[in-house]
Amino acid sequence: MTKNPSTRNPSTENPSTGSSPARITLRDGDWPDPPASPESAAFVEAAREGRFLLRRCTACGKAHWYPRSSCPFCLGETAWEEASGEGTIYSYTMLAREDPPRTIAYVTLAEGPTMLTSLVDCEAESLAIGQPVRLVFAQSRNGTPVPCFRPVEAAEPSQAGPVP
Amino acid sequence: MTINGRACIAGAYEHPTRKAPDKSVAQLHAESAAGALADAGLTKDDVDGYFCAGDAPGLGPLAMADYMNLRLRHLDSTDLGGASYIAHVAHAAQAIAMGKCSVALITLAGRPRSAGHSGTAARPVIADAPDSPWEAPFGPTTVNLYALCARRHMHEFGTTSEQLAWIKVAASHHAQANPHAMLRDVVTVDDVLASPMVADPLHRLDCCVVSDGGGALVVVRPEIARSLKRPRVRVMGAGEAYKGQLGGEVDLTWSAARQSGPAAFAEAGVTPADIKYASIYDSFTITVLMQLEDLGFCEKGQGGRFVADGNLISGTGKLPFNTDGGGLCNNHPANRGGITKVIEAVRQLRGEAQPAVQVRNCDLAVATGIGGLLGSRHGAATLVLGRE
Repeated sequence: MTKNPSTRNPSTENPSTGSSPARITLRDGDWPDPPASPESAAFVEAAREGRFLLRRCTACGKAHWYPRSSCPFCLGETAWEEASGEGTIYSYTMLAREDPPRTIAYVTLAEGPTMLTSLVDCEAESLAIGQPVRLVFAQSRNGTPVPCFRPVEAAEPSQAGPVP
Repeated sequence: MTINGRACIAGAYEHPTRKAPDKSVAQLHAESAAGALADAGLTKDDVDGYFCAGDAPGLGPLAMADYMNLRLRHLDSTDLGGASYIAHVAHAAQAIAMGKCSVALITLAGRPRSAGHSGTAARPVIADAPDSPWEAPFGPTTVNLYALCARRHMHEFGTTSEQLAWIKVAASHHAQANPHAMLRDVVTVDDVLASPMVADPLHRLDCCVVSDGGGALVVVRPEIARSLKRPRVRVMGAGEAYKGQLGGEVDLTWSAARQSGPAAFAEAGVTPADIKYASIYDSFTITVLMQLEDLGFCEKGQGGRFVADGNLISGTGKLPFNTDGGGLCNNHPANRGGITKVIEAVRQLRGEAQPAVQVRNCDLAVATGIGGLLGSRHGAATLVLGRE
């Protein structure tokens, strides 16, 4: 398994005991592999370069999630575009028994769509609906980039474009 | 054209087992079918329509139809997850109204308890499902996708864990009267809150049981129902719907029951205020609360207040629900609760519920269900039933 150092934060690598409050780490390599699909190939390729893509309809102009070749609003053709990677938490939870702990969440992207994802690099107790988050790629067991989000620190300036 | 008055439920049977390690799933289907046909006073040879869903082993309805050696002129294996069997009653009524069959058999069975399948296990990745490349890595399970809805409902409407717990408390009050129920002890709000957290904010006692078992229904032409000796239960209205992620316009505060419920009430020509008894699919406490709101028993966001203080308990509350103990306490065969919802509604309308929980003068009931995953993609089906 190869690890991409740019997506790892060594300060969060402490092994969790599963006790509360839970520290959620990035957990490279622990994510089940996403099945490959012709409709996700370009996303994966860009993600390997640190770019986060979504799809927008060339007919009605609306962005959507999860990305698909036919627009879910009008069945028009869609095209990839680079997204900001900025969002806010819509809802989240975690399985109490999962060890190391892991979250599942919906994050609403700055571009509009809300996506199923996971919140990483955070304290479970400090998460809240509405909290600003920013994209970070983890890697699944076979090294496929997995789009996760981590809370934006209060002092951290918001920035456009993907975050390494 | 309407199905109102075009078909009756003549037979209903809930398999008494809750753990069946030595039985096959096909066997449980067939035993349930035999029970429902005996209840109706019909035989296998009377059946000319068959309905089942994804719990039936084999390809669609074919393997089970062959196992029971049915002679059919109508088959339907619509799968809306646990809500399927509620939709099957409607589809059977439609087929009967169109003359496509006269005696429709609906079966469900499964043995997730013996197989060790629970709602906290990661759901198997369906490689060719279009959402899998985008969701499989995050470990969606059954319970965490419902917990996402509960958390959001609390955020938007101030719903509390105590209010959700009242749903389990009411179910437990009913289960004590059911000798077949898996969990027969009455629990309190404090018991629910003290039970281990499974997926915040859902505790263990916010979750339904995992049980082996099965159930079956027989839906017939009204003329056939009149020739039988059982009390007649009329199919009055039905609705079905689905909801997904809406292209990314995710809103976890409402369910597809927002469409299926009003459609069923409209077809039946009744309103929620007319309903004497409600079977409400209770995979989790939040599932009940959302459906109560979406069916119009209370305003959106008021579900927590509606269920509190025992309002769902038969005999004391305004809306007696799941008087068999529901999925929360009694039975959730095949991890699909729709058929037991219809069965208990039939018992209530016949006056054959457990005496301690029988609703007086119960002449109008609703059975409603959510199948699949409330937090990502789910189906809903609603049925209005009346006593003739």
